Amino acid sequence: MIELENVSKSFTLHNQGSAVIPVMEQVNLQVTAGQCVGLVGASGAGKSTLMRLIYGNYLAASGRIMVGGLDVAQAEPRQIIALRRETLGYVSQFLRVVPRVPALDVVAEPLLAVGTTQEKARDKAVSLLTELNIPERLWSLSPTTFSGGEQQRVNIARGFAYDYPALLLDEPTASLDAQNRATVLRLIEGAKARGAAIIGIFHDEAARNQVCDSFVDVSIFSPQVAA
Amino acid sequence: MTPLLQVNRLTKMYGPRIGCKDVSFDLYPGEVMGIVGESGSGKSTLLNAMAGHHAPDRGEVIFDTRTEGPRDTLKMSEPERRMLGRTDWAFVHQHARDGLRMSVSAGGNIGERLMAVGDRHYGEIRAQAADWLGRVEIAETRIDDRPSAFSGGMQQRLQIARNLVTAPRLVFMDEPTGGLDVSVQARLLDLLRGLVREMGLSAIIVTHDLAVVRLLADRLMVMKDGHVVESGLTDQVLDDPQHAYTQLLVSSVLQV
Repeated sequence: MIELENVSKSFTLHNQGSAVIPVMEQVNLQVTAGQCVGLVGASGAGKSTLMRLIYGNYLAASGRIMVGGLDVAQAEPRQIIALRRETLGYVSQFLRVVPRVPALDVVAEPLLAVGTTQEKARDKAVSLLTELNIPERLWSLSPTTFSGGEQQRVNIARGFAYDYPALLLDEPTASLDAQNRATVLRLIEGAKARGAAIIGIFHDEAARNQVCDSFVDVSIFSPQVAA
Repeated sequence: MTPLLQVNRLTKMYGPRIGCKDVSFDLYPGEVMGIVGESGSGKSTLLNAMAGHHAPDRGEVIFDTRTEGPRDTLKMSEPERRMLGRTDWAFVHQHARDGLRMSVSAGGNIGERLMAVGDRHYGEIRAQAADWLGRVEIAETRIDDRPSAFSGGMQQRLQIARNLVTAPRLVFMDEPTGGLDVSVQARLLDLLRGLVREMGLSAIIVTHDLAVVRLLADRLMVMKDGHVVESGLTDQVLDDPQHAYTQLLVSSVLQV
């Protein structure tokens, strides 16, 4: 489902003396349907960078990033947008929302985008928000005013609203209490069971061991080691 | 899939000075594209040249018309282009006063565009106008008031209603949230996003506000001195800018 071949990434800082900073080289990675791969490595090793490369936020310098048959490294913006709508979900560490949009609509949006009826999308959003213990009185409010933990849970609900065939999870269990953490892990296991290919970053070791089938240490991709 | 709009090497000069030069891109149905750049970078010039407000010196603006397929709008006759401007195209001006008839009631402003495409039944026109006022969150009781009695944010929403009532396929927007305070901006952005999704609109939005494009645009074109210096997926251009100018632009935004 997700396959990376010889991917490299560098940043060129034009306004700081055109410094070129190579951050990754020779990345090879494969995730098949129903499999969860955990990215490990010290902070700054490039775990999030790798996710952003796959999601298309970062432009790869070279190599192929195949997700569901599309090479993200070469694709047109509209192809990547279609991929993100139908195939590839991403739960980032931070929720970015339009002010004034109620939490319920934030969660339902990915379903509406693929043409689910308003009613079905709402039902799904309600069940996810309930499962993640977001009190009903908050559903009609914009998450911009929520606490960090609540925002995180809204973000997760949104990421699991639609059944993406491939998922990127950046610290989905960070800052969650035991009960919510268990719910999130259950959601991840459910996604695996229906055949989703998942790449995750988990600092929580117990969570990592519970859901991941294998691990990739991203520090082996850092150019210093390769050189 | 046929692009809705194909722009090829569009160039507009002001005497020896460059307005915009050799701009080319394709816009597909349902896509929202942002054009960013500092003032004087040529983004409004480009928008006005595409919309036919002033004649470019060179290039093509090919629109996929409903009846005859792709046609170069710059080669259309004036009546044909004006018909397009009233039906499949819409233009939202930065200053609502430029896009509204200030001496005509709110309902009349919306109804005028319907009449221009042939609607004649007064009751139906009024009902549609009332419906659209509701959609842009203006109380129906204000239908007979003139826009001069409206606040800036309301005028802008009325302008949007007037433009979208004929269900255009392509909307040009010039700084649609410029000059509005932030709470009104947020409301307008939310409204525009909803309308874009419901109606499957394609839109080209000129703005200098990177937060606005982040929320509204699928893709982005960055202009400097009349040239396109970078283009791509919105969050890729903003998160991983490649060109020196874009890097400067992105790193200059103040964090709130």
